[in-house]
Amino acid sequence: MENLQLVLPEIFLSLSIMFLLILGVFKKNSSRLVQSLSLAVLIITAVITFNETIGINETKLFNNSIIIDYLSSLMKIITLLAAFLVLIISSNYLKTFQIFKIEYPILILSSVLGMMVMINSNDLIVFYMGLELQSLALYVLATFNRDQIKSSEAGLKYFVLSALSSGLLLYGCSLIYGFTGSTNFNVIADQLNSNEYALTFGIVFILVGLAFKISAVPFHMWAPDVYEGSPTSVTLFFTMVPKIAALTVFIRFLYVPFLNLIDQWQMILIFLSIASMLFGAIAAIGQTNLKRLVAYSSIGHVGYALAGVAAGTNDGIQSSVIYINIYILMNLGLFSCLLMLKRDNNYYEKIDDLSGLSKNHPMLALSLLIILFSLAGIPPLAGFFAKFYVFKAVIEQSMYFLAIVGLLSTVVAAFYYLRLIKIMYFDEQKEKYDTDHGFWLKFSLTASTLLILIYFIFPSQLIEVVSRINII
Amino acid sequence: MNFPILSSLILLPSIGALFLFFNKSEKKNNFTGKYVALFTSAVNFFLSIYLWILFDPTTSEFQFVEERIWIKDLINYKVGVDGISILFILLTTFITPLCILSVNNSIKERLSEFLIAVLIMESFMIGVFCSLDLVIFYLFFEAGLIPMFLIIGIWGGARRVYSAFKFFLYTLLGSVLMLVAIITIYWLNGTTDVVELYNSGIGIKYQNLLWLAFFSSFAVKTPMWPVHTWLPDAHVEAPTAGSVLLAAILLKMAGYGFIRFSLGLFPTASEIFTPLIYTLSVIAIIFTSFIALMQEDMKKLIAYSSVAHMGYVTLGIFTIQQQGIEGSIIQMISHGLVSAALFLCVGVVYDRMHSRLIDTYGGIVSIIPKYSILFMLFTLAALGLPGTSGFVGEFLILMGAFKDNFLVAVIASLGVIIGAAYMLWLYKRVVFGKLINTDLKQMFDLNRSELFILSCLAVPTLFFGFYPDPLINTIEVSISDLIDQYNFKLASKT
Repeated sequence: MENLQLVLPEIFLSLSIMFLLILGVFKKNSSRLVQSLSLAVLIITAVITFNETIGINETKLFNNSIIIDYLSSLMKIITLLAAFLVLIISSNYLKTFQIFKIEYPILILSSVLGMMVMINSNDLIVFYMGLELQSLALYVLATFNRDQIKSSEAGLKYFVLSALSSGLLLYGCSLIYGFTGSTNFNVIADQLNSNEYALTFGIVFILVGLAFKISAVPFHMWAPDVYEGSPTSVTLFFTMVPKIAALTVFIRFLYVPFLNLIDQWQMILIFLSIASMLFGAIAAIGQTNLKRLVAYSSIGHVGYALAGVAAGTNDGIQSSVIYINIYILMNLGLFSCLLMLKRDNNYYEKIDDLSGLSKNHPMLALSLLIILFSLAGIPPLAGFFAKFYVFKAVIEQSMYFLAIVGLLSTVVAAFYYLRLIKIMYFDEQKEKYDTDHGFWLKFSLTASTLLILIYFIFPSQLIEVVSRINII
Repeated sequence: MNFPILSSLILLPSIGALFLFFNKSEKKNNFTGKYVALFTSAVNFFLSIYLWILFDPTTSEFQFVEERIWIKDLINYKVGVDGISILFILLTTFITPLCILSVNNSIKERLSEFLIAVLIMESFMIGVFCSLDLVIFYLFFEAGLIPMFLIIGIWGGARRVYSAFKFFLYTLLGSVLMLVAIITIYWLNGTTDVVELYNSGIGIKYQNLLWLAFFSSFAVKTPMWPVHTWLPDAHVEAPTAGSVLLAAILLKMAGYGFIRFSLGLFPTASEIFTPLIYTLSVIAIIFTSFIALMQEDMKKLIAYSSVAHMGYVTLGIFTIQQQGIEGSIIQMISHGLVSAALFLCVGVVYDRMHSRLIDTYGGIVSIIPKYSILFMLFTLAALGLPGTSGFVGEFLILMGAFKDNFLVAVIASLGVIIGAAYMLWLYKRVVFGKLINTDLKQMFDLNRSELFILSCLAVPTLFFGFYPDPLINTIEVSISDLIDQYNFKLASKT
């Protein structure tokens, strides 16, 4: 029983979700209250996670189906904090579209719960359960602006394609179960020797499902449409939070049961990584919608994060965790800027709407400039260091091809980031945008920009945080 | 030395920029901003003079070394100077205040942002020249792209967007391979500390590829033929102060990189690839000189002449002769002064007539005599007339080249003639001849600040032309030591 405290964060979160649902149903006009309580729940869960689990050694619970270690605790805390920030900066956006309802925070909480289960999982069934919980919540979130046809379309598209990928994933699970006789990661690891090739099929199917969730090429088709159609605040959630959980599962799934089959999956991962980096960079060039552009750019960034996973070392894993952290930070800043492009209760999301932003809103433009250069990976901004660590891990494994293709695709990607900067700084100005943004929106923009800007002064801190991740 | 003089040199302009950034609320009051920028960069200049005085030229050891833990167990922040780098730092701190002074007429809007960009640029460039760690070097080397991209893009001419993109993407493409090489060096040797790498050497097996990766970056930045095409575009569209920074300092990063890294770290590979450098340099000298001859735009002409001059520099560096490398460094310093002055000269007439086409001008000697005299001086310096710093550099380079490879030296010497041809022809068409364009009569001569700036550049050009000893004394020991090291490593095959 004393082990229950290790899953206290999940228990607390589930109970809170139920309580908030009941509260929302019985109390009229309680959306503001539910929102505040949800924020509190996220913070409290993060604190509990920090207190209860961050310091402990690797522990497995419930017939080894759940694993609590440093990686899972760290990723859970990041997920919770990211969800907190998304929730807190999206309220103005939701109010504008009159979709500030109780369901929104509750759905976010449920999907966060699903992600936490995913992050904890040491068993295929548990992992699948968490995945479906988060996906179901995300389908509804994508359609949250249900009066808009684009939003409904996005949700439906996401649902159909995601269901397909879940099916493939489940098929992969069943293959693995069939050949090893277990769904538990550790048991699978012990049973590897017999059926190497048959297992490879299972791995491939599961990787397809995971690649879909993390939107890596060639399973990325849903991302641009869904990102464009969903409400911007939900897009922000999509680009940040599920990727943390999916990356953790990627790491856990490949390194715990299948480390000995690294020759089999390393090639697949290198392919996913290269394809994502290149495709993300090239496809983004032609976009005119900012959200679609962000979708392609996030596909590219996922490619870099996967490059770290492909390295097959602890260094590689750590570098990709660093990458995803810095990526989240940059994305937060980017979307804060998008949420500020508002005039007369209307949000602007075309690239041309940035035109001449530097004259009307110099500070906003400057922040976006820093964020974009950082996304492009130009030193001395944080984005450069993220790429630096990843490529350091990759080159240490002599994977030069991956490193060179990755770096060359940063040059291609630099082109479309530069194009945004060009539009902001070199083009003629348009009408001004509103400036009465909420405190939290301004806060998240300022904080993320400053962190990106001064990261180079304290680069060791983040490394120290992730250096305790030890999977192999 | 407890006072961290090099870090101060790096940080001071950034602090000035930060001050300007927060000072921005006082609208329309651009003068304060300008004086702040001028003051910071002037202080930086005097600080670097002080550095030069304290500098001990009798040793090739790195001096004023500062080392701090930066990324734990990975990279240390390490800066220091030796004879090779100190002159470039001086050049940077000398040119920047002049740049800031020169913005009077050319930059009409967003002045304080422009000054911020220039100051940050100065920080990065000083950082490039004194970093003793490959990663730190790369960081500064690449970071310079951001302010320069903005300088060209925001304050540039009609085709500024195209030029800014071309500049940025060309240089970025060249540099990413260098990053791969730097990480590979870390993986091979466990350190990116330049001093340690000098001592330990880099495995012969990897040298060729690593050399090529560094070369790809430096060749674009130098720029060498055939990857020089970004330079004319960038120069033509950049505002005067931007062109000055670009020509005077940015191009020197690559020459410096060749000496410090290509020769210092990869002697075996440098030996193998010397013919490649020779070929490209000679093509640059001859080919771009002919292109320069045909230009109708003054700025473009000077830009192409820069490519040709940098051809001499790369040629001199890879002769691996005392005279050759000394000549290259002096040529770079001289080119820094002269090309800066020439761009300013173009800027002066451009501010008055808003045309850079040579056809617009002609016969202005009688209207603006002071200008014509100074322009004449810099034209002669650019073609390497004895008595100007340009001569010292070119002469030493050719001397080194004759020792190493007769044929290359002969062809390069012929380039001097074409160089004289296009510079003199430019001068003749702009300054002499009949005054056809009557609008030119309204031009007024140099005002006080322009006269001051150009004189500031003229004095060292002449001084070092007659008396290059201070420069040579500073660099001599470091270079002879570098060559000894190079030959030693070559002999011992490491």
